[in-house]
Amino acid sequence: MRGHGLGLYWRLILASMTSQMQYKASFILSSLGQFAATAVEIAGVWALFSRFGNLEHWNIAEVCMFYGLVNVSFAISDAIGTGFDQFGALYVKTGHFDRLLLRPRSIFLQLIGHEFALRRVGRFSQGLAVLAWSIVTLEIDFTAYQVFMMLVTIVTSVCFFLGLFILQATLSFWSVETLEIMNTLTYGGVECAQYPMAIYEGWFRRIFTFVIPLACISYFPVIAVLGIDDPLGSSRLFQTLVPLSGPLFLGISIVLFQRVGVRHYTSTGS
Amino acid sequence: MSQIVVESLEKRFQVAERSPGFVGALSGVFRRRYRTVDALAGVDFRIDAGELVGYIGPNGAGKSTTIKILSGILTPSAGRCEIEGLVPWQDRKAHVRNIGVVFGQRTQLWWDLPVIESFELLRDIYRIPPSQYRTSSRELIDIMDLAPLLDTPVRQLSLGQRMRCDLVASLLHQPSILFLDEPTIGLDAISKLAVREFVKTLNRERRVTVILTTHDMDDIEALCDRIVVIGGGRILSDGTLASLRAKLRSERRIKLELLEPVAFDSPDVRVISAEGATLHLAFDPSVITTASLIKNIAESWPVKDIFIENPPIEELIAQLYAANRVNA
Repeated sequence: MRGHGLGLYWRLILASMTSQMQYKASFILSSLGQFAATAVEIAGVWALFSRFGNLEHWNIAEVCMFYGLVNVSFAISDAIGTGFDQFGALYVKTGHFDRLLLRPRSIFLQLIGHEFALRRVGRFSQGLAVLAWSIVTLEIDFTAYQVFMMLVTIVTSVCFFLGLFILQATLSFWSVETLEIMNTLTYGGVECAQYPMAIYEGWFRRIFTFVIPLACISYFPVIAVLGIDDPLGSSRLFQTLVPLSGPLFLGISIVLFQRVGVRHYTSTGS
Repeated sequence: MSQIVVESLEKRFQVAERSPGFVGALSGVFRRRYRTVDALAGVDFRIDAGELVGYIGPNGAGKSTTIKILSGILTPSAGRCEIEGLVPWQDRKAHVRNIGVVFGQRTQLWWDLPVIESFELLRDIYRIPPSQYRTSSRELIDIMDLAPLLDTPVRQLSLGQRMRCDLVASLLHQPSILFLDEPTIGLDAISKLAVREFVKTLNRERRVTVILTTHDMDDIEALCDRIVVIGGGRILSDGTLASLRAKLRSERRIKLELLEPVAFDSPDVRVISAEGATLHLAFDPSVITTASLIKNIAESWPVKDIFIENPPIEELIAQLYAANRVNA
């Protein structure tokens, strides 16, 4: 998004908000619905802890830090990434993608400008509430570094989840039915990152660190936010640097989308 | 130098063959068999600035594929295409500034927003300078009489109103070439006339080159100086409507009204239909001239009125496909 691009982004986003406000009841109901659905999840976490006490070394307030940060981040990505998340159904199936190609602006800008989904406020506010409760309960005296790492977690997680949406959009150039497989990564990833990665099996952790860098943008930086020692033995330096794999993952997804996906479309049509 | 140059343009598609049923769909995931389809098998034409060209052919003839390549959506398999010196699929962003595209089946407007907001978004997308936008939008809105519709959300417009708005939307950035893909499909008679009138004005007064695909032969007859007929991925005919008529069976039609119903029979004439005292006749002007045929008929039968007609254009096209063995 160079210079003028950002201006157009705001114009498109404002237009999408105006559109959404045409359906106020739908907006309110879907926001409330999402709030309720995600609130059930945290109720599940709470039930688990009240029955079993701690989860290995982790107490509920610590888990809520993981839970809150990943949900806030995912809600933000979900709100800004709708154009990619629903790309197959909205653009490929309908042939509307042709129209994007007919306009003298980048495809990425047009798709990220598709919608800012206000209804994601449901998950966002729920995640924020859990995060706030965690911060208050843990009584951490936050250093500047810890606050910084909290921002790093959110920003790099947003990059990572956007990357997943863009990867999903890339696949839908071939088949719109790939959505379910990708959902196991997006929604499955959120579920998984709600708990500290250390509780999972080694092979599982390695996949979500080295293949799909989910742990790099959730588990490791959150350890730094909590200011505790990693049971897995990682250093602070590692925890500070690995979140960079989030933006890297996003970059790779964008390149794949443009170079492989869009090129495939323009050579085959829909 | 022509504005649009198309030389030996080819486009082949790989179409996956799917076996029916669940097992078929499953095996398709692992091993797909492909069939090659030649959508365009060597297409050549040149179009000069200011022309109004009808591009017609049956479904699957290659019309849409051509339009998509010319507008930069598709990359061809082989061949050359230059529009105002640009290669559409290589210089996409520069090229699309010069063209406007209207798809009759799909709108480019924002469904839930008032029409005027869609226009303003397009102004920002195309980076149209404010002064240019003010003049060009005002003028277009006037010609198409859109002022009463500007604050209506697009989803509440009738198809005819929407098409008028879509036409204006595609012209706000003042393109020199306009592609119209079935702009009159599904429209009522009045809207069709309005669209045709607008396209004509645009072409005559602003010298916008127009390339029109349609199944509505009235559009062609009302608008196009030149008709390019495509079938089976090849150009079957390229010329004026008159030359297309002359090229094919040069049959003429006569509608004859007699004073009373009679059993009509005359040499060199074929009776197509007879309803009471009204007869439709066909004859070949190379066998008998129109003048002598009329004289013969007038001398032998109680004639009330005679009309000479050209065969409808649909029939000409059908003949052309039959001659070239194209399945319509």
